[in-house]
Amino acid sequence: MHIPDGYLSPSTCVTLYGGAVAGWYAALKRVKRALLNRAVPLISVFAAFAFVVMMFNLPLPGSTTGHAVGVTIAAIVLGPSGAILALSIALAIQALFFGDGGITTLGANCFNMAIVGSLVGYGTYRLIAAGAKIESNRRIAAAAIAGYLAINASALVAGIELGIQPLLFHDSAGVPLYAPYPLHIALPAMMIGHLTFAGMAEAVISAGLVAYLQAADPGLLLYTSGVVTNRAESPALAPVAGTSARRLRLEVALLMLLTPLGILAAGKAWSEWSPVEFAVAGSQAQVAAAATMPAAATPAGMQRLASLWTAPFPAYAPAFVKSAAFGYLLSAMFGVGILLSLSLLAQQYMERRRAARFSR
Amino acid sequence: MSRQGFIASTTVGFARALSRALMSEEIAREHGLLQALDPRVRLLGLFALILAVTLAHRLTVVLALFLVALLIAVLSKVSIETLAKRVLLVALVFTGIIALPAVFVTPGDPIATLPGGVQVSRQGLAAAVLLIARVVTAVTFATLSMLCTEWTHVLKALNSFRLPRELTAMLAMTHRYVFLLVEIAGQMLESRQSRTVGRLSGAEQRRMAARTAGVLLSKSVALSNDVYLAMQSRGFQGEFYILRDFRMKPLDYAGLFAFLCASIVAIWMGR
Repeated sequence: MHIPDGYLSPSTCVTLYGGAVAGWYAALKRVKRALLNRAVPLISVFAAFAFVVMMFNLPLPGSTTGHAVGVTIAAIVLGPSGAILALSIALAIQALFFGDGGITTLGANCFNMAIVGSLVGYGTYRLIAAGAKIESNRRIAAAAIAGYLAINASALVAGIELGIQPLLFHDSAGVPLYAPYPLHIALPAMMIGHLTFAGMAEAVISAGLVAYLQAADPGLLLYTSGVVTNRAESPALAPVAGTSARRLRLEVALLMLLTPLGILAAGKAWSEWSPVEFAVAGSQAQVAAAATMPAAATPAGMQRLASLWTAPFPAYAPAFVKSAAFGYLLSAMFGVGILLSLSLLAQQYMERRRAARFSR
Repeated sequence: MSRQGFIASTTVGFARALSRALMSEEIAREHGLLQALDPRVRLLGLFALILAVTLAHRLTVVLALFLVALLIAVLSKVSIETLAKRVLLVALVFTGIIALPAVFVTPGDPIATLPGGVQVSRQGLAAAVLLIARVVTAVTFATLSMLCTEWTHVLKALNSFRLPRELTAMLAMTHRYVFLLVEIAGQMLESRQSRTVGRLSGAEQRRMAARTAGVLLSKSVALSNDVYLAMQSRGFQGEFYILRDFRMKPLDYAGLFAFLCASIVAIWMGR
């Protein structure tokens, strides 16, 4: 299915490069968000793994052999975004270093195998394995069907790309300029080999790997299992240091929801009195209980300095908000927003400084 | 199926890939025309020529570009035999098999009739010849760029073309770990072969292949953890810095000019 240079017209190549670039961009963004700094080594080593698996000459029923692509197991372990990147990198190495697949057709090959293959493989696996336990046999069957469909979907798209060439690109005498077969020949020719050998090879390796991982390394199946909701709970793929951004966001959101608990607190925290409260007898009694020297009146310095700054949300309750609980929530959101903005600004400043230092 | 067919055929495939990679590195260190040029010029120039081949609609222009490719190969000390082995295997045999039926199934003016009444059309013959010539020429240029450029230089050149640094870092690391994983997988298969007595059935071989791949997968994920920790311990904070030490010389500018002129002329004449 690795289309070499010369089979597709330049305009088809450019269009498919466009589709592939869009897929790479979205996948890189999602992977960096999920894996933080760990994305590059994980995707790289997984791409190397996919490359090696593509070299396995798998024995198939009927005394034949076939090569798998490895896209389905990549989608099952890494999710679709990781699989798109890992397979694309493996295909790029094959094209640039080993000459397997063309350079002008690299976008098309990545689009067919990495993007279409990953999405179909992942979608099928999740659909069939939905709700199944990690050790369930349904996951093995799901992986086999996903592998078979992923490779055949990729082949179908490749067949369409090849089949439209003579319709769109021919000279005045009707001589096809690129791949010479129309759809009614290109599609069956492409699909027969994939519906039999290549699809079976991908099904065998995907199902076999899921069965192996169920017994030996089930942690690798957790991320796309639907059993856990984020990668941090999948120990094998969790970022090695730190917490994932998604988990951090969930924790911050939970803490924000809990902020109205402050309403339940009775009295005033020691040393947080306002000048008005200081003048109240009850507060003075608290001061007296904790201090050796009871206060007689509000200190003059305290009264003077207290008017220097008036907070926009005094006592976590903006003036326009009647509900105390909603005021707490609003204050929490406002505070978190300011902190995030400041940390982003600080991060940008540090990155610029670092870039300036290294460019010198 | 031959005895231990999976192990033997896969191990041979690994050895072939390693020997091809080693040969490429050796040719890249020769003192030839392409090797003397800046890697950026080399990649850009050969890509421009591949583009010209892909855009060419005339067989004569494609054949002229093929002669240019052969001339570059000779001047770059790439033996025609090495080039032929790589190109013929990938392009000529594969494309020839695919293109051959086009001679008979493409509708058009009949120029010959084979026994059994099968007609050869002029359009079909022209399409098959053009496809084979174009693929062989494009693959020759691509193979020349691979044989004459060290992988580290390819990556540095890609960085110069403003590719995202994460992508070039992934390409570099993948290339590094492909060879390590090939070695690990090869050792696993050899050790399994040394412990195997008798004939393995197809189902047993499939199970063995899946388990080998499974062990390799677990090792790969563990390896990526180790690599990441090693990167962190060296101060990695998510930024990639690339050392750029390419300097364009007058010869590089002349080479770039020649490549671009040849490509533009070929595109113009091949319309």
